[in-house]
Amino acid sequence: MRKMLAVARKEFRQIARDTRTLMILLFVPAFFLLLFGYALSFDIRNVHLAVEDRDHSAESRSLVSAFVNSGYFDLVATVDAGGAAPGQRTLISRLRAGAQTAVGLMDRNDVRAILVIPPGLGRAVQTSRPTSVQVLLNGDNANTATTVMGYALTIIRSESARYQPAAAVPLLSVEPRVWYNPELRSTLFLVPGLIAYIAMITAVISTALSVVREKERGTIEQVRMAPLNAGSFIVGKTIPYFLVSLASALVIIAAAMTLFGMPMRGSWALLLVALSLFLVGALGLGLLISSVADTQQVAFQAAMLASFLPTLMLSGFIFPISSMPRFLQIVTYAVPARYFLIALRGVVLKGSGIEAFGSELVALAVFAAAVLALASARLRRQWA
Amino acid sequence: MNSITVTDLTKRFGDFLAVDALTFSVREGEIFGFLGSNGAGKSTTIRMLCGLLKPTSGSATVGGIDVGRDPEGVKRRIGYMSQRFSLYEGLTVNQNITFFGGLYGLDRARLDARRHFVLEMAGLHGREKMLAADLAGGWRQRLALGCAILHEPSIVFLDEPTGGVDPLSRREFWRLIDELSASGTTVLVTTHYLDEAEHCHRLAIIHAGQLAALGTTDELKQVFAGRAIIEVQAANPVEAMRLLDGMPEVEKTSIFGIAVHAVLKAHQADATPTLKGRLEAAGVSVTGMAPVRPSLEDVFLDVVEQAG
Repeated sequence: MRKMLAVARKEFRQIARDTRTLMILLFVPAFFLLLFGYALSFDIRNVHLAVEDRDHSAESRSLVSAFVNSGYFDLVATVDAGGAAPGQRTLISRLRAGAQTAVGLMDRNDVRAILVIPPGLGRAVQTSRPTSVQVLLNGDNANTATTVMGYALTIIRSESARYQPAAAVPLLSVEPRVWYNPELRSTLFLVPGLIAYIAMITAVISTALSVVREKERGTIEQVRMAPLNAGSFIVGKTIPYFLVSLASALVIIAAAMTLFGMPMRGSWALLLVALSLFLVGALGLGLLISSVADTQQVAFQAAMLASFLPTLMLSGFIFPISSMPRFLQIVTYAVPARYFLIALRGVVLKGSGIEAFGSELVALAVFAAAVLALASARLRRQWA
Repeated sequence: MNSITVTDLTKRFGDFLAVDALTFSVREGEIFGFLGSNGAGKSTTIRMLCGLLKPTSGSATVGGIDVGRDPEGVKRRIGYMSQRFSLYEGLTVNQNITFFGGLYGLDRARLDARRHFVLEMAGLHGREKMLAADLAGGWRQRLALGCAILHEPSIVFLDEPTGGVDPLSRREFWRLIDELSASGTTVLVTTHYLDEAEHCHRLAIIHAGQLAALGTTDELKQVFAGRAIIEVQAANPVEAMRLLDGMPEVEKTSIFGIAVHAVLKAHQADATPTLKGRLEAAGVSVTGMAPVRPSLEDVFLDVVEQAG
């Protein structure tokens, strides 16, 4: 016990002495969060819109203003099909007259969406005849296109509801309501993922490097000569990194709450439990890497590979697991972030209790136990 | 009383026989030198004796404990200092001492007493707060030795302890080793500095994993009994060496600094004037030519050659 504490205290001193590393461990993650948090948003605003109005009626103008007033669309061009003078000429004036076709605008990425209003819309609406408008979308980014389509449908639907007499309300209508994140802010969805991602990387890398550095410098040889078993060495070495990465994760969570308005609807205690299990697993992974790698460079690359890619791609952080091919879905069961994300989103966004993600906590514990067992078996074999 | 007993100790790595049936013993309080070229098996042997490596076969007892059976027990009784100064460079002198004291389970009172001793011994009083990385080589090495003997082991292993240290620091280091030995600590040291080997009470020369020779320096020099060694100072040593090699009385030659050592075949000790005459007849001006006592280097080369 005393020997284990000696290792832990030494490790703390080394971390504390190396202020650069400590800063990196504590604050770079929060900085990452800022960077990613602001850059990684799937909300789409200021969609460049062109309008081709072939009707020129009060109704068609009202539909166009509904698009503009929604706040999602910026009207940047009107395509002139008939030859009547368009109302807005902001961009067109800079374009050559011949290039004002819808296709031309889309091809040059001047607009992302085009609203085409057919002639006779006003008349159709006045006589309560069903009619349709066309929305052309740039599908080069499928995610964006889907989102924009959703906006357009909502606007058109609510516009058409205005013209319908009260009696004609359809018998069956859908009123979608999104829980936990009513505005569908993607940051709320992404920030927990970022927390998992950043915590994973720092924990794995810092542990892996700390052991491999001792191998490189030869200090581990001296320690092995002492009557100290591998277990005490591993535990003693892990404790400081566990505490530091826990502190680092809490800094990120605090930053997420203040900067991105991430709510905290559940219990802090549960969050700490989930976070601790997750971090212990990450530290175990770092130790496992350190038992394989002999140089810091190799360890760093292995740690990046083992933590960065799976946590980003296979955890449900960005890409939903349910839409992955079957084989990849099976692989995700070995990615601890997958479970941690469910627990974290559950606690933070939904305020759910342990009954909602008990099995995820068990999975995290199993992962942590497995990598720790594997890592200490390997290190123990190398020890003596 | 033997503090280390080694019997048929063997270590095999795959097809490579690193240590081949070594048998020797080290007496309590003795400074026992391990001499051998790189890759001769010195370090492997030390690692087995320290309980780090399991022997393939054979046995060794260190401080009365069988290394194969109770490596942890061995580790408690020995101190080890390796060719690389295995201190934590990012920690201060004091923090290094605290850490290694903690590793050996020293309690506070004992640690304080030993800290004082180590600082005194290494001449580091007043430098407790310096980073190990900032210490000059000699100090760093003495601190490493201090950290290795914090727990007052009865046996100390030094694996090429003086590499990369200036001669003055080396002399100071050997004074500490002599003191340790005088206080009853057994010291097993590997080195390839032959001048250092003269400090050892007894020497074992290891070649290709086998014990090639064992004894005090005087005993080892007996390998030349009956064969004289003459030192030749010549204006052109390379030419002198070539000529000497071709003479029937000469067994072999080697370069020693700017001189040539020629080992004469048995009972040829009085051939010196004849050889000198022949060298001068061949146009090599000889400035000095006299029999010398064999040095340890002569011994080492001779032993390795005969074993090889």
